[in-house]
Amino acid sequence: MRRRLPATTTAVLALLVSGAALSPDAVAAPPPPDSVTAIDRPGDGGGVAEVSWTPAPGDALIVGWQVWRTETDSETGSRDAAERASALAAAESQAYDEAYARLVQVEGIAPEDAAVQARAEARDAVRAIARDPDALETTELGPHGRHWVLVDTVDPEVTSIEVGKLDAADRYSFMVYALEDGPNGGVERSTPSAISAEVAPVAAPVDLRRLPLLVILAVLCGAVLFFILQARSGRTLKIRKIAGLAAVDEAVGRATEMGRPILFVPGIQDMDDLQTVAGITVLGRVAKTAAEYDARIEVPTSRSLVMSAAREAVHASYLSAGRSDSYNPDLIYYVTDEQFGYTAYASGLIVREKPAACFYMGCFFAESLILAETGNSVGAIQIAGTAMPSQLPFFVAACDYTLIGEEFFAASAYLSGQPDQLGSLKGQDIGKILVGITLIIGCLAATVAALTGSSGLEEAVMWFKNSVLSA
Amino acid sequence: MKRTVPLIITATVGVVLIVSNFIPAFRAWGEEATTFFSIIAAIAFVLGGGSLLKVHLRKISDRNAGWGYSIVVLGTFFATLAVGLLKIGVTPNPAFPDMPWAGDVQARGTAFWWAYEYTFKPLTSTMFAMLAFYIASAAFRAFRAKNLEAMLLLGTAFIILLGRTFAGYWLTSWIPIDGPFSGLRIEELSVYIMQVFNTAGNRAIIIGIALGIASTSLKILMGLDRSYLGGGN
Repeated sequence: MRRRLPATTTAVLALLVSGAALSPDAVAAPPPPDSVTAIDRPGDGGGVAEVSWTPAPGDALIVGWQVWRTETDSETGSRDAAERASALAAAESQAYDEAYARLVQVEGIAPEDAAVQARAEARDAVRAIARDPDALETTELGPHGRHWVLVDTVDPEVTSIEVGKLDAADRYSFMVYALEDGPNGGVERSTPSAISAEVAPVAAPVDLRRLPLLVILAVLCGAVLFFILQARSGRTLKIRKIAGLAAVDEAVGRATEMGRPILFVPGIQDMDDLQTVAGITVLGRVAKTAAEYDARIEVPTSRSLVMSAAREAVHASYLSAGRSDSYNPDLIYYVTDEQFGYTAYASGLIVREKPAACFYMGCFFAESLILAETGNSVGAIQIAGTAMPSQLPFFVAACDYTLIGEEFFAASAYLSGQPDQLGSLKGQDIGKILVGITLIIGCLAATVAALTGSSGLEEAVMWFKNSVLSA
Repeated sequence: MKRTVPLIITATVGVVLIVSNFIPAFRAWGEEATTFFSIIAAIAFVLGGGSLLKVHLRKISDRNAGWGYSIVVLGTFFATLAVGLLKIGVTPNPAFPDMPWAGDVQARGTAFWWAYEYTFKPLTSTMFAMLAFYIASAAFRAFRAKNLEAMLLLGTAFIILLGRTFAGYWLTSWIPIDGPFSGLRIEELSVYIMQVFNTAGNRAIIIGIALGIASTSLKILMGLDRSYLGGGN
């Protein structure tokens, strides 16, 4: 199993190695590995290099390898800046302490005044240091006259690794240390290996590693498009009833009868979250029914863009219902981006206004249960819809109807009743069938591989997991 | 026109984001597109701020119920804005001692940090802490044994709850941990239910969500679903 260690520079490494060599208990250091090579991983999206090495012949005591890469110019710049800032802060603190002690103990100045003067003196001292380029020490260079970053520590049987998270615009060299058990339970490190040739982890014209994802996408989109065309050609498509959406009219009607408002919460994420888009879709339908029934609908939002989109959707609904005069944009307003600030406002609103119907449609986190329970406590009929699996149990427990995951996304098609949109739902079903078949085949293959120990099947399962599922 | 331009922008950005996933040369375009979203969201914040002022100023001027809270909202809004913009209490960055405005507004000891640490954080923690009581009341309602399904739910929840406490461990500690029936120990049953039944159900929901997202995205890219623009043509 691989163990990952935090990256550090080789100044420490050099000290450790030299320290070990000078120690009276030191044993002969293991030989470094031979022929360290690094190549750009072919056919990928860039940023990954493949590093390999050959163990020195005849050394059977190796307990692992440590792989290091050269530091890039930008990393050197960042490190220098961080070290400089840290050194200046330390110098300022030291100058302050010294000045404060002198002012209070020697000059007898009151502590409050001494603090102000000491702060000013410390700032002057830092200014003087900052202007002198030689006043601050920089980290010494490591082996081969370069700065190094630790990439990974791997088991002895591993002789090649893929190094990711590299910058495709930079060039990198690698070196490897051999590790052996040292005296007193420690680990002895070899001298550094020869440095590899420079490699630039550039991107291929097409990321072939994501090809399985492209195929899956093509099949899914193809199925959706096929059924949209089928629907356009006049084929009748049957869609099962979704109780939560069928209850929209009931909820709005109840609010109208009771003379209480309707509260619509479109989640707490922005318009770049598809759940918010789906929530706005449902809002359009709810607002249209509310306009027809002449019920008041209030939409507090936690994002400004969502407020704009919600106003647009509600306005269009009032127009299509022929009630544009009843549209009031002030009932759709921004509250705050903060999760619990928004929750506090919405909960307070529910308690004060006692809405007859509450809709929670969008992306929710911990606030889901607070909102739904507060709505429940005032006796509102509640309909929720979200694609956050962790929040679904809370909505199921506290709301009358819940649109679970895909039902929520199907709302737009279901409510519109347009053939184009209904066709897309059928296409989605084909996706489900394909996923089901793949699941069954995958489970069977993994089970048979585990029972028979077939290496061919195991490799096939691993390939599927590492290429298709991780694409 | 009001619908056509947003549809073209949506389709173009969507296609660029999809293509940038497979053709690395387009990756920078994809990143540009997401940067543009952040810019638009920042501009839209002015709208949000305007809406906030309008709603609360009207509440105060009309003396609506709870108008006092609106004064608190506007007061804290402007106070936080001033503390942040004027960098009150911010000390200069030691790395740039000649630039008094170079200090970090969120650094420890600044007025902004103080307001966050001693006003905002306790308030949000209070809201979050209330969740415990809401969970108790929701669980009480959800676990009422009305029918067979509710009884199964109650039984499962009971095992999970017990499995997470010492009482659960103690109740079945007499079952040998290395014996053939060790799987019947409550803590083991709890783990098994979470790893097998719960994971299976969760994954089924997640697969449905993934397909729903793909299908909805395609509809939006193709302009079939325009409801987020207010629908219509």
